[in-house]
Amino acid sequence: MSHRTFFFVVLGLVLVSLGLTKAIENEYYFFAGYVILQYIVLATAWNILGGFTGYVNFGSAGFFAAGAYTTVAVVKWVDLPLLALIPLSGIVCGLIGLATGYLTLRLRGVYFAIATLALAIVLETIIANWEHVGGAAGAFVIRPKEVMFFDSYVEFLFWTMSLLAAIAVFAARYIQHSRFGRGLAAIRDDEGVAESMGVPTLKLKLMSTTISGALMGLAGAPFVYYVTYIDPPSAFNLEYAVNAVAMPMIGGPTSWLGPVIGAVLLGGAQQIATVTISSELNLLIVGIMLVVFVIVAPDGIVGLVRRLFSKDPRA
Amino acid sequence: MSDTLLEVREITKRFGGFVALNQVSLVVARGERLGLIGPNGSGKTTLINCIAGALPTDGGSIHFDGFDISGRAAHQRARLGIARSFQIPRPFHSMSNVENLVIPLEYAAGDRHGGNVDAEAREILARVGLSDRADKSCSGLTQVDMRRLELARALAARPTLLIVDEVMAGLAHAEVDEILAILQEINDQGITIVMIEHIMRAVMGFSQRIAVLDAGEKIADGDPESVVGDPRVERAYLGE
Amino acid sequence: MLGGFYASVALGLTLVFGLLNIVNIAHPAFVVLGSFLVYAANAQWGVDPIAMGVILTPLFFLLGMATYSVYHASFEKRDNESLRGLAFFFGLMFIIEVGLILQYGVDYRLVNAPYIGKVINLGSVTLPLRMLVPFCVALVMALGIFLFLSRTYLGRAIRAVAQDQLALQLVAADPVRIKRIAFGIAIATACVAGALLIVINPVEPAAGRVYIGRIFAIVVLGGMGSVRGTVAAAIVLGIVESVTSTIYSPSWAPAVAFGFLLFALAVRPAGLLRR
Repeated sequence: MSHRTFFFVVLGLVLVSLGLTKAIENEYYFFAGYVILQYIVLATAWNILGGFTGYVNFGSAGFFAAGAYTTVAVVKWVDLPLLALIPLSGIVCGLIGLATGYLTLRLRGVYFAIATLALAIVLETIIANWEHVGGAAGAFVIRPKEVMFFDSYVEFLFWTMSLLAAIAVFAARYIQHSRFGRGLAAIRDDEGVAESMGVPTLKLKLMSTTISGALMGLAGAPFVYYVTYIDPPSAFNLEYAVNAVAMPMIGGPTSWLGPVIGAVLLGGAQQIATVTISSELNLLIVGIMLVVFVIVAPDGIVGLVRRLFSKDPRA
Repeated sequence: MSDTLLEVREITKRFGGFVALNQVSLVVARGERLGLIGPNGSGKTTLINCIAGALPTDGGSIHFDGFDISGRAAHQRARLGIARSFQIPRPFHSMSNVENLVIPLEYAAGDRHGGNVDAEAREILARVGLSDRADKSCSGLTQVDMRRLELARALAARPTLLIVDEVMAGLAHAEVDEILAILQEINDQGITIVMIEHIMRAVMGFSQRIAVLDAGEKIADGDPESVVGDPRVERAYLGE
Repeated sequence: MLGGFYASVALGLTLVFGLLNIVNIAHPAFVVLGSFLVYAANAQWGVDPIAMGVILTPLFFLLGMATYSVYHASFEKRDNESLRGLAFFFGLMFIIEVGLILQYGVDYRLVNAPYIGKVINLGSVTLPLRMLVPFCVALVMALGIFLFLSRTYLGRAIRAVAQDQLALQLVAADPVRIKRIAFGIAIATACVAGALLIVINPVEPAAGRVYIGRIFAIVVLGGMGSVRGTVAAAIVLGIVESVTSTIYSPSWAPAVAFGFLLFALAVRPAGLLRR
């Protein structure tokens, strides 16, 4: 499928989601759908760096929260509409990604992973000490009473997130099939060889951390309006960090489709499960699934399916 | 255009307190076939790592095609036309054989490649005898085919200087001859070759000139016959 | 004083990360697991926490060996350690953490021992035994590991694995077995560290995460795999953090750790003490 065709397919899905807001009355579906779409964005963002480039980011929750808090910080200062706030969050988180990459990517890859673990904690410390955005006590944000065209604000959030998911997935697919994406794959396979084959590895890695960080920021930006009350523990929830790793790994990290499958399956299951079992147990299951999948199916569900349909005896 | 393609001027490389290369100089002429030999640990691979830019040097300078490339990153040197193969084959394991070649064609070769990258990759694979495996994964290759892929990938960078690091180690007699034939063909097209090799038969037959490293110093440099006859070279190999 | 405890946690990691090149980010989680087992024994039977920590080491040793076996079979052998190996340990960390939450809840837990709460006075300096005892235990353990690595055949074999696997194979030692043992030892030290942790501070299941940045900073700054360097770096970090909490506020302590980590990364190859 060409990028052009794919673009129209994605656009079509966004329009369908718009139609859904008119067709379905029960608001619960939009709450649940929002979370799943948010995970599609987050998992896809993680995968651009993790799956495509081979650099593991354990601090997704930090980027997500930074996106959410950018919204809070700006709204407390000037009242901008959400659609204007989202790009700002993307820019801020892109810059955080770039800075993290710049500081750690010159060294061996694992240091990046370790630094991201610490980064989330440091960002949380900063936010908890920053009074402007509520500090440790948290902050309330009041939703606008009405939005044009939509029946309720939740429907609007749902549609916004579906738009963001469309952007993220389209970007990931575009990158995967581009010269840039092939360079990233070369870095993932063997960075030293990639460099000797003319791939400007540092530059590509920095681009990758920036794009990945920015997309995570996008996922976090509308969060405040979704929950209306935000505090550091809820924004920096480990759930985001774990799911952002687990979803692509379970879905299949080498393809754009993997994180989407992972997010829909895991995110969907979690939405159903939280109603019946505790959220801790729920996360425990995610953790176990992650471990089982990386051991048994290193290329995730996408890899399993490929193996079934492939004639290549190796694959 | 001068006759000198590569000039290494007194480069030094230290690992901690260990001096791996001590003021080594080396000149390679355009179109030449140079053999680089020496006992294990004498610094051969370190030298080519320094030339290719994989390791920073601790002194001296490297000139390629008239430019001082000492401060350039490895990927920039690749773009200028220095390509290498690795001692232990390191293919991009998630990719098919063709895709392995697409990387250097798209990146290192820059505007030295024509329009159709895929066709060019297949043409290079055909030259090393891998065309029937073009779309297969590289992980199913035999040892000798792995070396072929390694060579093909270096060629896909469209180099003017090709450095091959023990590309024939561990191969059978007939396989060595096949690889040598491919290398000769590459050289006939005007590509300069620096070959590191332990198989004396191969390196003696192939090289026009041989340089010998021992314990980080160049101890001999000349035509194959005179180098073999050099008492210092004999000492380096047999010990004192 | 805090540095001593940091050293006890970092020791295990420096073995695994520095010498075996395995990025076990679940290490602090193993420490917290140790804390909770010690807590359980202390609450149930009133066993001394540090004694319990030592008693539990064989169990943790086996746990570590088992973990390594799984890791080796799934990742090292298949030669795709980096991405998936990290995800594996991340998942493991998570399972331990959430498992503890399910068992014990998210509350802080603490232990009782005769020396907790007592202080000794050295001139003008007041030292709480709660800090001093763990400090001494940590130093003893560090010394033990140091002697083990430098004096025993097995210890030297572990260091040799780090240098050159092939050479070790040639002298008929099985690198996988040696690495398994080393990993076991590392996890066993985590158990003792866990006992120390709960003596120093009350512990909650997610406590491990707070230490990850610090511990890796120490290992890196300690020169990757050097016991002496690790202890030195741990003590330096302990001092820097205490000073920051006194001058600014304790809530900034994690940020210090991160700054320390970045600093460690910037000066990395050498570490504090050159090997």
